[in-house]
Amino acid sequence: MSISNNRLPAEEFEKNFSDIHPPFETKEAALVEANRCLFCYDAPCTKSCPTGINVPKFIKQITTDNIKGSATTIFLSNIFGGGCSRVCPVEKLCEGACVFNLMHEQPIAIAKLQRYSTEDAIEDKWKLFERKPSTGKKVAVVGAGPAGLSCAHVLSREGIDITVFEKESKGGGLMTYGIAAYKVTPEFCNDEVDFITSLGGIEIKYNHELGKDISLEQLQQQYDAVFLGIGVGLANQLNIPGEDLAGVEDAIDFIYHIRDKGYSNVPVGDRVIVIGMGMTAIDAATQAKRLGAKEVTMVYRRSESEKGCTQVELDIARLDGCKIVWLAAPKEIVGNDGKLTALVCDVMKLGAPDYSGKPAPIPTGDTITIEADMVIKATGQKPFEDLVSYYGLENKKGKILSKENHATNLSKIFAGGDCVNGGKEVVDAVQAGKEAAAAIIQHLTPAFSKGEGAEQNAMSVITASTVDRDSSPLSFGEGQG
Amino acid sequence: MADISANFLGIKSPNPYWLASAPPTDKKYNVLRAFEAGWGGVVWKTLGSQVKNVSSRYSAVNFNNTRVMGFNNIELISDRPLDINLKEIEECVRLFPDRAMIVSLMADNSREKWHELIKQVEDTGAHGLELNFGCPHGMTERGMGATVGQDPAIAKMVVEWVMEAAHIPVITKLTPNVHSVVPTGKACVEGGTSALSLINTIQSVTGIDLDTFVPNPYVAGKSVFGGYCGPAVKPIALKMLATISQDETTRKVPISGIGGISTWKDAAEFMLLGATTVQVCTAAMKYGFRIIEDMCDGLNNWMDEKGFKTIDDFVGKSVSTLTHWEDLDINYHHVANINQDKCIHCGLCYIACEDASHQSISLTYGKPYNTYAIKEEECVGCNLCQLICPVEDCITMVVQRKGDDYLNWKEFQERGLPLNDH
Repeated sequence: MSISNNRLPAEEFEKNFSDIHPPFETKEAALVEANRCLFCYDAPCTKSCPTGINVPKFIKQITTDNIKGSATTIFLSNIFGGGCSRVCPVEKLCEGACVFNLMHEQPIAIAKLQRYSTEDAIEDKWKLFERKPSTGKKVAVVGAGPAGLSCAHVLSREGIDITVFEKESKGGGLMTYGIAAYKVTPEFCNDEVDFITSLGGIEIKYNHELGKDISLEQLQQQYDAVFLGIGVGLANQLNIPGEDLAGVEDAIDFIYHIRDKGYSNVPVGDRVIVIGMGMTAIDAATQAKRLGAKEVTMVYRRSESEKGCTQVELDIARLDGCKIVWLAAPKEIVGNDGKLTALVCDVMKLGAPDYSGKPAPIPTGDTITIEADMVIKATGQKPFEDLVSYYGLENKKGKILSKENHATNLSKIFAGGDCVNGGKEVVDAVQAGKEAAAAIIQHLTPAFSKGEGAEQNAMSVITASTVDRDSSPLSFGEGQG
Repeated sequence: MADISANFLGIKSPNPYWLASAPPTDKKYNVLRAFEAGWGGVVWKTLGSQVKNVSSRYSAVNFNNTRVMGFNNIELISDRPLDINLKEIEECVRLFPDRAMIVSLMADNSREKWHELIKQVEDTGAHGLELNFGCPHGMTERGMGATVGQDPAIAKMVVEWVMEAAHIPVITKLTPNVHSVVPTGKACVEGGTSALSLINTIQSVTGIDLDTFVPNPYVAGKSVFGGYCGPAVKPIALKMLATISQDETTRKVPISGIGGISTWKDAAEFMLLGATTVQVCTAAMKYGFRIIEDMCDGLNNWMDEKGFKTIDDFVGKSVSTLTHWEDLDINYHHVANINQDKCIHCGLCYIACEDASHQSISLTYGKPYNTYAIKEEECVGCNLCQLICPVEDCITMVVQRKGDDYLNWKEFQERGLPLNDH
């Protein structure tokens, strides 16, 4: 048993990491599907989308050969609409709510249609949005992930100049670094970031890390407002013996390396164990298998009904040949000569619901031992507790506490996305960025905070259904509009 | 098994389905294939003076995923030499003696030309003639086709010429490009035609290319009004057929129904409004002759289910149910009902009623599914929601009469009953 890279021929890698959700091959295929859509009123799909994309509208626009309009409908609600069409767990969001499910029919392939409508726009950088003349206001955004860039795009559209500080060398955040390559390719992630910034008024400073290269005080002083979309980063530790043995790796690092180094350069074991049952655990397990691991076993301390991933995701892992051991909680990683050889797990049973609302796993007293040469930990990520505490941001175990309008306890500082919610979907981060942008606009435009309907006006910037892309929902005072 | 054979003025066919005069019937090759497939008869594509066609002859109207919901052509009458057509007709009659062979005619505007053409066609052994008084494009510019059909006096005169020479049944085909088909229909019956057929195609522009700005079909940067047909025209054809079936003069002769017939159901509807046989073209042009199988099979099963032994048992059965608006029963009232177990919460009924009808559907917000219910006291029973609902039998119309007795508008007024107050 050993950990090694370059296990497969190049063409095998190519095949294993090709698009798991291929696009429509032809326009006709897209039209057949688009024409199935009933064009529901107050549509359940739209209501189930965290960013509220007007799904029936964008699908109708496909059927009328108005792809430009269709793309605009999507991007107005979700500037990451292209990426989300590939990574969203649609089976529990829009497609899960599609009324066809109630007729026991296949739901409309919303994600696939969304990809169809956004693909060319992103690749060819269609100019779908007109940036308003500069207002002279400046906002700093920390983190070029979905929350940060979503916030930046809305603000820049309104004529606010944006500087984004990103600690990595590429934008996209979790989309670029934290999701399986067969769902969204690194090239696509680059294109998506370029598409977003092609609006103008958004400068991304890469390799600039908060607390290292820049400080919050500096930003507070130099900018009219600051948005923190710093995500979560550090992998949760298991706190069990043997965690420091060679061969124990964080899922986030593992996935990052696959995306960063290229498939043949990422070492993987013969027998790999993945701990956890969320989306990241699935991405790690399936990709370990696709890199050439002989055996991949996923262990989870609860049972199938409590899993964090969706059924569709679990099915991908099963189809990839991953083994799954339910009700097994890691107890100890054992090794030899500093290298791990096996994982010992407590066999669990389910008890009364715990703080999370899920049945608590309780040790039965039995243990099992699974031989392995690699253990990938995918038990969630921790927020940057030290960093936020250092700057005096009110937080709960590192999760920044923000008010309704995404403002923090510090003046001019707003926050949203994973660093506030602790780690949800990309689409949730996009929405948080949008909402924070509306709050920042209101903050920067005192005229709007007075008088009736102020909030509504500011919100109209991000409410696709009430705003026409050519209209001017907001203009800034003092002759700048 | 019901008997679906037709007897149209002695012209017999094993089923009531004839292929209409059109490209599928313009030569032996197609006609033999049609007979082999099971078609009951054909109306051979119109013969007359030989013409020359342009390239690019058809265009269509698509609707959502359905291609060729409506179909349009600018093709003229047969562009093949008359002698070849006549020879092939004779061969087809000989090879399939049990099938109806009708030949469509459009002679030049003279008695002699008509007589000459009729003589030549009768020599082929064909069973009947159909006079093309309906072609709405091209031939009209030469004073033929619809130009004849649009003027009852001219139509009558030509029918009279024809009847002087014809020894076999004569069907006159009517144009729909008139405010009513009845005047010409009556004139033709008075002129002696043995039967009528309708409708021919409707003048149309099917669409304009948004890149070239030229309507279709495109012919070297130009286009021309064409003749519209296919499923889209069926309701218009049914209405015109009904007026012919209602009129005292025209209803005396048998009718061959035409206009968007694609299935046995369409055919049954035409027959219920008085057609003894039906003619099909667009559906065969779209799918080929094989559609005849289900057309026969479906009709047969339906007739068995309804207890009809022959087609005569139901031809014209629905004519009397079409009445004047003033004779409708104002006391009849029905209201929509939504079956909540079947509802899929698409909201289509709600938004239609709210924006376009009587605001009779309530919306109770839910995430993600709203609940929709009928406000019975507001519902006028217009049927809109039921028509729009994508789920079969989810919305039904429930009868709630306003009074037990039949009450028409005239009587309603006489009694001084109240009108709506909102």
